[in-house]
Amino acid sequence: MGAPADALKRALIVGLVTLGLAFPIVALRTDANFSNQLVLTQRWGLAFTLAGIAFVAAFLLALVRPVGFERTTPGKTVTSTPPHPFLRYLPYIGLAFLLAYPFIALGISSAGGTGVLKLVDTYGIQILIYVLLGLGLNIILGLAGLLDLGFVAFYAVGAYSSALLTTTFGLSFWLVLPLAGILAAFWGVMISLPVLRLKGDYIAIVTLAFAEIVRLVLVNWVPVTGGYAGISSIPKPTLFGFSLGSEPGSLPYMLGFPPSPIYRLAFMYYLVLALALAAYWVTIRLRTLPVGRAWEAMREDEIACRSLGINTVTTKVTAFAAGAFFGGLAGAFFSAHYGFISPKSFEFLESAMIVAIVVLGGLGSMVGVAIAATVMIGGTELLRELGLLKAVFGPDFDPAQYRMMLFGLAMVMLMVWRPKGLIATREPTVRLKPPATRGAPAAVPAE
Amino acid sequence: MDYFVQQLINGLTLGSIYGLIAIGYTMVYGIIGMVNFAHGDVFMLAAFIALILFLMLTQLLGVGSLGLALLVVLVLGMALTSLWGWVIERLAYRPLRGSFRLAPLISAIGMSIFLSNFVQLVQGPRNKTLEPILSNVLVIPVGDGSVTLAEKQLLIMVVTAALLGVLWYVVRHTSLGRAQRACEQDRKMAALLGVDVDRTISLTFIIGAMLASVAGLLWMTYYGVVSFSDGFVPGVKAFTAAVLGGIGSLPGAVLGGLLIGLIETFWSAYFTIDYKDVAAFSILAIVLIFLPSGLLGRPDVEKV
Amino acid sequence: MRWLSEPLLAVDHLSMRFGGLVAINDLSFTVGRGDITALIGPNGAGKTTVFNCITGFYKPTSGRLALSHGGPADPAAVATLTRSDKKRTHGATPELFLLERMPDHAIASEARVARTFQNIRLFPGMTVLENLIVAQHKTLMAASDYSLGGILGLAKYRAAEHKALELARAWLEVVGLVERADDPAGDLPYGAQRRLEIARAMCTNPVLLCLDEPAAGLNNRESAELTRLLRGIRAQTGVSILLIEHDMSVVMDISDHVVVIEYGVKIADGTADAVKNDPKVIAAYLGVDDEEVAAAAAGSVRP
Repeated sequence: MGAPADALKRALIVGLVTLGLAFPIVALRTDANFSNQLVLTQRWGLAFTLAGIAFVAAFLLALVRPVGFERTTPGKTVTSTPPHPFLRYLPYIGLAFLLAYPFIALGISSAGGTGVLKLVDTYGIQILIYVLLGLGLNIILGLAGLLDLGFVAFYAVGAYSSALLTTTFGLSFWLVLPLAGILAAFWGVMISLPVLRLKGDYIAIVTLAFAEIVRLVLVNWVPVTGGYAGISSIPKPTLFGFSLGSEPGSLPYMLGFPPSPIYRLAFMYYLVLALALAAYWVTIRLRTLPVGRAWEAMREDEIACRSLGINTVTTKVTAFAAGAFFGGLAGAFFSAHYGFISPKSFEFLESAMIVAIVVLGGLGSMVGVAIAATVMIGGTELLRELGLLKAVFGPDFDPAQYRMMLFGLAMVMLMVWRPKGLIATREPTVRLKPPATRGAPAAVPAE
Repeated sequence: MDYFVQQLINGLTLGSIYGLIAIGYTMVYGIIGMVNFAHGDVFMLAAFIALILFLMLTQLLGVGSLGLALLVVLVLGMALTSLWGWVIERLAYRPLRGSFRLAPLISAIGMSIFLSNFVQLVQGPRNKTLEPILSNVLVIPVGDGSVTLAEKQLLIMVVTAALLGVLWYVVRHTSLGRAQRACEQDRKMAALLGVDVDRTISLTFIIGAMLASVAGLLWMTYYGVVSFSDGFVPGVKAFTAAVLGGIGSLPGAVLGGLLIGLIETFWSAYFTIDYKDVAAFSILAIVLIFLPSGLLGRPDVEKV
Repeated sequence: MRWLSEPLLAVDHLSMRFGGLVAINDLSFTVGRGDITALIGPNGAGKTTVFNCITGFYKPTSGRLALSHGGPADPAAVATLTRSDKKRTHGATPELFLLERMPDHAIASEARVARTFQNIRLFPGMTVLENLIVAQHKTLMAASDYSLGGILGLAKYRAAEHKALELARAWLEVVGLVERADDPAGDLPYGAQRRLEIARAMCTNPVLLCLDEPAAGLNNRESAELTRLLRGIRAQTGVSILLIEHDMSVVMDISDHVVVIEYGVKIADGTADAVKNDPKVIAAYLGVDDEEVAAAAAGSVRP
């Protein structure tokens, strides 16, 4: 058998190609010297190391799968297998875990792990914000099939409108929260109107352009938005008028708790959890309503929809409005939680991350959105922690960049590996027979 | 009058670069119906490759002649960038062919994020500024005043025009061009008739990357500054140009590129520079809404 | 001769041009209430274009498409409506609709014209049952108070959904797909997908059902079943059927009225027997598929 020889040949090609790719961009680094002239630093070792790694990896891979690197052509995409029983309980297990999470975090930190504040804030609240955003985009992209690459615009509208309303008019967070959602929904309608006649990728590009316009206005309309400096000192939400900090007069103080930032953090955690659960519940209801079924039908075949009397214009508008509403809620929460917003938080990358979460979760699957948000956001946050990377790339190396590079790579690899996302099975919105009796004689007698 | 002509020259220079990038979008869209979102970042990468090769030739190898150095950078840069284009298609897009329609686009977005962060990682986050080259100007009298035409502006327009001529020949008169047009019409039928579809698509990506490489070199020569984040905005604008001209149409991409360059330049010159990108993006939206098939694109009759 | 005495739809001087190409040229015919009407013609004759004009997917270049609910239209009333800028009458008997002025979804929901497609267009990822529920969008949407009542789970919506499920089940029984109700529609075999598409169209409660090559890709047994199915549907619901079909055995077997077009122009119009002996029709089909014409002319079913 010539398998090892073939593998060697293949690996050699891969190694040489990698060397070619690495040749100028990795092997020679440009840096400005003191007189601000660009000079080159030679790093041939690094380039050859990368090529060597690629060679070895390709050789091993070729030995394992001598046929080639490509997967066989994807077969039929429709799956009729009922979902794994585990998946049906997953939401409940997940819910129990989410409710208990701050206490689990407390346990981890007292056992000597990372600080509880970080666990709740970075991993808890941040991931849940993305879950909320993902659930919003899930309506537009997952259910209605409209690729919105500018979802961050709704997030920005929610964040800026709530920040401006609280700081300039002194409105309460609880009033501003729904207002931010409604304003974002209004913008959803405004943005959806011009894209109604467009198809597929054009929708993606126009929504992207709109989001960029929104961001550029935020940057340039300095008197209102503060430009790059953003808006700071956004007041924190209160609970029935009571502050949740630790200062005198706050709720924890009056209850006699020792001063700690954990109370506010836990409160914010449960608040964003409640918002995410509300979004989850509303989406479940919407899916079983005609409007939700029309969204999914439109994703499957827009022309067939029209032939059945469904007005696809209003169907698209409602999808954008509903999705944008949740985006606006997320924005309002974001501004209140961090107390500071700037255009930096609303760049295209955010839209790309939210799209990645929805697609990798499996279009339309809400549990998938939650899992993907945890994996993508939590995973890249974890990378930040690894001191190992610093050891490899030198002490002045910023892990944040590495993080986004791996994020992009993960997007590509997950698409190649599972184009339909992590959860590719779709739960029907209505059944003629209860799922338990599928295959068995029908529970409802067929007369 | 002279101010106007000066802006016209500047706009056409910028527009030539957009046009070169736009061709990469339009060709790929034409053949596989996908927005190659990473193309802007390929352009950025190409600008970096051109910069590094130029420094390597002038500093490490001591090439004295500027013309020779630029020629070598052009040829070697095209080869290296097309290698990237080929690898990207092979790893990130080909496995997804025949998959559901959003998968390649998502993969391309991932690739775009990867490329910009990869370049940031290996080349550092700071802007790279090169001393100006080819900055001698020709002063041309116009009306009462005069306008200046820098050597590099002339170079950009000449190179763009020459490349378009070559490309036009390739697409119209070679078997590759025929195969491409066949794949655009009907990929399955083309395969049945013996066209190597995979190879044709690979070559399309390679041509797109080559043109992006030239655009990168010209960008580097023109502005003298390049940064890892320079892929996104020129990329979106070049895509806008492709759409404006009619996606799938090569002359359309060039026309769109020139128009976007002109609009951007005139907007900055006569209104405000702050909102120049807003102008470009608004035009994209307006064109798509009122003229979905672009200026030179074929109208798309909905098949029922 | 119901198409003359009791027309449901009058296609009047219909023309459709794409750029320089004339797809339909001054075409006029009527569809009788309760009839099964076949629109036939060689490939590229413009049959599907006629369908797309009737169902609003194309805006005709010129011409009138007048549909009436509940009785033959009074020519004077049609003329009055045509002169006005209105799309339809409101509350008149018979109710009149000018389809060329209406958007596609309104033709389906208000004028109640349903259709199927030459290349089946189901919602492949949704279940068979869901396909039929989506078709009842208009009724359910009204019952859900445009989602506001539905989201709160009001009884009115639940009752409407129950009724929708019963209608869907009834149609699943007619087309024999009850057992597959909860499977994705895309998993059904080809013939079943065709039947499901017809059932889905019927769930919109149409007065006119337009079928674009319903027998395409079916074997002889399936074609015969289809013929039975269409007859049954008409007998049960009284719906008028307009169909495009290439399978002459199906056309001659079930059509009350046959309209033949070639290059966008009508060349014959009459009963199946009259049409199949028309020399112009035979000429049009010669060289295209003469075997089929000969078989049809002989009145025999294709072997």
